[in-house]
Amino acid sequence: MSGIVASIIDGLLVGSVYGLAAMGLTLIWGVMDVVNLTHGSMIVAGMFGLFLLTAGLNLPPYAALPIVLAGGFLAGLALYWIAVHRMIGRPPLMSLLSTFSINFVLIGLGTAVWGTVLFNVPVSVPGFTFGRYTFPGTHIVAAVLTALLALLLYFFLYRTRLGKAIRAVAGNRGAAELVGIPTTRVLSFAFALGASLACVSGMLIATLFPFTLLSGDVYQLKSFIVIVLGGLGNPTGALVGGLALGLLEGLLTPFMPVSWTAVIEFALFVVVLIACPTGIFALRRS
Amino acid sequence: MSAILELEGVSRNFGGLKAIDNLSFVVNEREILGLIGPNGAGKSTLFNLINGVFPPDRGRIRFRGVDITGEPPYRIAKHGLARAHQIVQPLEQMTVLENCTVGACFGRESLSRARASEVAREAAVFVGLEDRLEVAAAHLNIAGKKRLELARSLAAQASLLLLDEVLAGLNPTEVDYMIGVIRRIRERGIAILMIEHLMQAIMSLSDRVVVLNSGQKLAEGAPAEVANNPLVIEAYLGDPELAKEFRGEAR
Amino acid sequence: MTDLASTHVAQRRDSVLRRPFFWVIGVAVIVFALAPWIGNDVELRESFMLATIYVILASNLNVMIGYAGYINFGSIVFFGLGGYICVYLMAVPQWPLAAAAPAAGVIVSALALPFGLGILRLRGAYFALATIGVNEAVQAFVTNFKPWGGASGMYLSTALFKPLGGPMQALWTIYFLLVAIMGLSLYLSWGIKISKFGLGLLAIGQNEDAASVMGVPTPLYKAMAYCATAFLPAMAGGLYFFKGAFIQPSDAFDLTFSTEAIAIVMLGGQGTIAGPAIGAFFYEQLRGWLLTSETFSNFQLVAAGALLLVIVLFLPGGLMGWLYQRWPRLSRWIE
Repeated sequence: MSGIVASIIDGLLVGSVYGLAAMGLTLIWGVMDVVNLTHGSMIVAGMFGLFLLTAGLNLPPYAALPIVLAGGFLAGLALYWIAVHRMIGRPPLMSLLSTFSINFVLIGLGTAVWGTVLFNVPVSVPGFTFGRYTFPGTHIVAAVLTALLALLLYFFLYRTRLGKAIRAVAGNRGAAELVGIPTTRVLSFAFALGASLACVSGMLIATLFPFTLLSGDVYQLKSFIVIVLGGLGNPTGALVGGLALGLLEGLLTPFMPVSWTAVIEFALFVVVLIACPTGIFALRRS
Repeated sequence: MSAILELEGVSRNFGGLKAIDNLSFVVNEREILGLIGPNGAGKSTLFNLINGVFPPDRGRIRFRGVDITGEPPYRIAKHGLARAHQIVQPLEQMTVLENCTVGACFGRESLSRARASEVAREAAVFVGLEDRLEVAAAHLNIAGKKRLELARSLAAQASLLLLDEVLAGLNPTEVDYMIGVIRRIRERGIAILMIEHLMQAIMSLSDRVVVLNSGQKLAEGAPAEVANNPLVIEAYLGDPELAKEFRGEAR
Repeated sequence: MTDLASTHVAQRRDSVLRRPFFWVIGVAVIVFALAPWIGNDVELRESFMLATIYVILASNLNVMIGYAGYINFGSIVFFGLGGYICVYLMAVPQWPLAAAAPAAGVIVSALALPFGLGILRLRGAYFALATIGVNEAVQAFVTNFKPWGGASGMYLSTALFKPLGGPMQALWTIYFLLVAIMGLSLYLSWGIKISKFGLGLLAIGQNEDAASVMGVPTPLYKAMAYCATAFLPAMAGGLYFFKGAFIQPSDAFDLTFSTEAIAIVMLGGQGTIAGPAIGAFFYEQLRGWLLTSETFSNFQLVAAGALLLVIVLFLPGGLMGWLYQRWPRLSRWIE
């Protein structure tokens, strides 16, 4: 019995990181109505960044966090100006296609240079033992860092001027412009912020599991599942959705091989999309 | 005169807001019924209810005796109801003729594409777009786009047209022209339910007028009656210019 | 809303046989079929075979993307599932190819109906995501499905090539069949475009709500388009994987393939018939060159991505769109 509980708790820990990844995605979708299909490559960039920094520069793993955050931000800015800026205001399908194509360029370049080998970042953190079960230290640290970052994001969005400007643009871009908010700058910042969140979540995932340069797709899909669960444009919903997905995985893994959980997740994704496209948790808000 | 459209006790809420509240009225065959009311009275919402964009919470809507409550827009079009929107919705990259062909193909009669094209051409000529048949809808000016909305509805060979502020944004010459077109439409035996803010136009065109305020029917009757109705004037008192216009028309 | 490469939606009442484009398609198909066969050029045949598959995928996809404005990211699911069904029917109950391939087409189309009705209620980006979800769900399912070999896939014994006259002859037969399916795909997408059904789809692509108000039965038309454009890719999948005598989930449901199909539709000119065909041809040549080139062999994805990006940013009408702008009379001959 308690095996399930342990699995669920572990699922929640990992799920929080999914939530962090999804927060970046939902922020971008909510603020500028752009479906960011470079999300996956940003996650991979964070993973790979961690690998390069620890293997190449011998940095302690968690010290890489601010670097990955900053790097992701800069990458996000570049992506915005290359692929997204011209798509603002156009039908969402166009931004879908443009980010989609840049994603292929990035992954193609990455795999051409570094191949599709498995990378592993060894991180040793003492685990937490409770009775017969040990929760991996990396999972706990990842969850704690996620919580911290989520709090920081909340603080930023609700207590700072720029954060409020972002929320204003998300609510009504025309009105925000009328009030004098420099919308283009705000949009580029919001996109970069979303990208940096994706990168950091990738970094944290890399402390938990090994990865290849193609792993981005899997986590990108998980992010989409999460925001569909949690409601588009809603960072809190993303976090809750992530926990829900983690919970689901925790519930399923003791009972079925990992490959079947994928089927259930994707089927759930399609079903939720059809049944309530605004998100399960968003329903409560309206 | 028999009724072509009947609304019976129609209500629709949005959250806590009663957008349409227990509304009943009738549009007769071959008549022009004007629908007026202050901004936010629920006029466009009512059109959405009639042509199936969303269903009413309560009440029935009947078209020529057939219950059409809650049917989707494409089925309602088949009954013979067409709509010209307040914010024009052309099929941007298709030509004027192609736009009207869509209307003709999928309107009241299920026409073949070739036959629909002929009907479409007639409709476009009727509203005066014969010189712009091959122009893409996106390249028309606002007056042209408004005419296109009308032509598309005509091409559908509807028996009832829902006209939502087709005169808005037009200069006086254009307004006169459109009024003429609307009169010619009625001469063809097509009934019209029109929302309009241009009092002069609505009072001169309508056989009868229904006044909506806060989702409820405030008054109904011949234009002159309605204009002199103290309740109506009070509803418009929020906009004194409009109230003056009303009383000007009544005389 | 779609960006139509050609604003000229065919209106003429000439019978189909009088329209020049009918013959253009026919001639192109015959040339395709005969070119490798006359010189018994196996290399050319293989290269053309890949091109035909791209044309089949792209021209069917074009009906959803270019006409109705619904981007189907996971269209490869039809190809892969068709492949699996055909291979399974030939391997286990031992059906002949002539029965298995059409059966695959029918079954996939039939399955597409409930799926389609479900996900076509979604608009724009939601729909696109749902198609990816469907593809991934099906792939994940097939990977676990033991009767179909699970993750390791299924092999076909080469004995199955005997009824077709042995492996050498079979490859030619398969090629001609694929060319025939390519011809059918082109005629199908053209036939749809000039029909009332196509007009409705194009209206949906321009403004779905307005189309609905005008009487276009949007849910039915979208579902019909989704199913109709699943049929030929499913058959093509059956033939393709039969030819390789091997199928596995990671090949059958590879999203790269549908990405390339999308790139081809955009590159050639969405909404036109010739666009996806010409785009497929050029793309396949480009890809072949990239694969054999020393420096660029891993860059085919980069090329597809970069090409798609350039088109989306600067040339939404694609190649045909650009050609029609320079030579408007061209639309009479090549649609």
